[in-house]
Amino acid sequence: MEETSGMQTTTITDREHGMDLLYQMMRIRRFEEKSAELYTKAKIRGFLHLYVGEEAVAVGVTQALRTMDNVLSTYREHGHALSRGITAGVILAEMFGKLQGCSRGRGGSMHLFDAGKRFYGGNAIVAGHLPMAVGMALASKKQKMDNITCCFFGDGAAAEGEFHESMNLAALWEVPLLMVCENNLYAMGTAIRYTHAMQDLEKKGAGYGIESMKVNGMDVLAVEQAARLATAKIRTTGKPFFLVCNTYRFRAHSMFDAELYRDKSEVEAWKKKDPIPALMQQLLEWQLVTAADIKQLELKVETEIQQAVDFAESGTLEPVEELTKFVYSK
Amino acid sequence: MKITYREALKQAIREALQNDERVFLMGEDVGRYGGAFAVSKGLLQEFGPGRIMDVPLSESGFVGAGIGAALGGMRPVVEVMTVNFSLLAMDQLVNNAATLLHMSGGQLNVPVVIRMSCGTGRQLAAQHSHSWEPLYAHIPGLIVLSAGTHEDARGMLHTALQCPDPVIIFEYTAMLNLEADLPADAGAVNIDRACVRKEGKDISIITYGAGVYKALDAAKELTAAGIDAEVIDLRVLRPLDNISILDSVRKTHRVLVVEEAWGSVNIAAEVSARIMENVFYELDAGVQRLCGIEVPMPYPKHLEDASLPQIEDIIKKVKKMLQHD
Repeated sequence: MEETSGMQTTTITDREHGMDLLYQMMRIRRFEEKSAELYTKAKIRGFLHLYVGEEAVAVGVTQALRTMDNVLSTYREHGHALSRGITAGVILAEMFGKLQGCSRGRGGSMHLFDAGKRFYGGNAIVAGHLPMAVGMALASKKQKMDNITCCFFGDGAAAEGEFHESMNLAALWEVPLLMVCENNLYAMGTAIRYTHAMQDLEKKGAGYGIESMKVNGMDVLAVEQAARLATAKIRTTGKPFFLVCNTYRFRAHSMFDAELYRDKSEVEAWKKKDPIPALMQQLLEWQLVTAADIKQLELKVETEIQQAVDFAESGTLEPVEELTKFVYSK
Repeated sequence: MKITYREALKQAIREALQNDERVFLMGEDVGRYGGAFAVSKGLLQEFGPGRIMDVPLSESGFVGAGIGAALGGMRPVVEVMTVNFSLLAMDQLVNNAATLLHMSGGQLNVPVVIRMSCGTGRQLAAQHSHSWEPLYAHIPGLIVLSAGTHEDARGMLHTALQCPDPVIIFEYTAMLNLEADLPADAGAVNIDRACVRKEGKDISIITYGAGVYKALDAAKELTAAGIDAEVIDLRVLRPLDNISILDSVRKTHRVLVVEEAWGSVNIAAEVSARIMENVFYELDAGVQRLCGIEVPMPYPKHLEDASLPQIEDIIKKVKKMLQHD
């Protein structure tokens, strides 16, 4: 199995593309910060898992996906949903429990769905969506559809039995599936060294005969390049690919987490690898953007997030009479 | 036409595969082995490995894949070899199949059919004799069917495959070799109503699954003793058909519920509660239950028999309720 740990440093020359990557990551960051703020104001309730620090993974991988591709994600999925084109407004409305949310308010933060955009959650039982992703890829293969399925999950999920079952089934059935492990080093509050005997997660792919790769998940350009390589292989061979993005979450696991399990110094060290300033720096160095461009992006993001908040605020609640809707189709 | 329960199941699967290209069967040993109970024997040769898929022992994996394939536009029929292994797939059924329509605000349908063989009475001991119908019937979002007759073994699958929501069909292994008369043109049956298998006026015996033929046999003997028992086959365990249950109570005013599953928190308990809630004043006597004795299933034949409602138990209980003894 190929293991391209030492991928070349990626450069780009396309200003528009660089600006777009930066914008997307900044938008996720600001969306998450605003969500935390709205949580403390009790506008958002339930569990809230923020993606701050991991933005390069969703944005990088999504670059390699097409409109027809399926995406399944975890309960830390705001970033993936935004990257797939679900607007900040309908996501926030969902988190407000409003009818205008992408799941009519029935799901909340952990259950974002958009069938039209082929975004299938928002799945909150760790690893529970992996078998479904295999099945969706199988359906594509059976119907000779020209799409792939992309499944995001964490290092915690890779310890579940369903990871093993899904990797085996995907390889056995040779289905077009991109398995993306966002390894943020913690399964909730337990570090990977206490949960995985083999912590180089990409090595697990070899046991199933699945081509695997690891990539620096704090570098959006590297993630994009790896994802493009992976999806090109999947689209050519029809076989699954396992991509491990090594990353870090800067904030607590959820809003209830006092973070007793890790040192502040560790968090601070990872914050020095923050993918957003890193990309800004690169784009400035390559003279693809100016400081004024960045200022403009900040303004654009701020406006967009404020509009999203306004949209969510102005949303309506579903009448209680409709409580038992959507249990069955009729 | 005489036909075995097994053949009725097989005809239903073959017909489904012929009728709709999106249908495929997957499960452990369904192909090369011919099905653990020979239900799918010969179908691999007839339809090929794309339609009849052997799967590894990964219940959560392949049930979840069935759910995913349904989301992706297919009409999978997933066979869980026996209900006893289905707990390994419980998370997929409870947290995915049953919730996706609701969590997505009505956007996603999960048209998957899960077939599970089940039942007792074959001396398979504690881990292979479970009656998990009540467990699945507890879950909103699932449609839970019990094929207690040849007619339903032949006809439920077709209708289940037309349903946009996830359907579990329980099939009873102890009945596989049992022959019964079915018309040559037997086919689709409804999957929303209970069925009066025998009309009667003195008492309603309400049951499902392996209890149906037992209750009918008991009713026959009761007729000889001058008792006219009605036999209701629930068939659909979720959502329960209140109307059929309550209509029968209004007619007979006495009820015995018969079920192989353990008595605590089972279907019989639910039926009893609904009768009490809705037609309490129609009753001439309290609702009685004959259920599985609450013990892990023992291996020896005499103890296994003693832990399940038998025909003689039903007769005895009915006579007692009607003060006939």
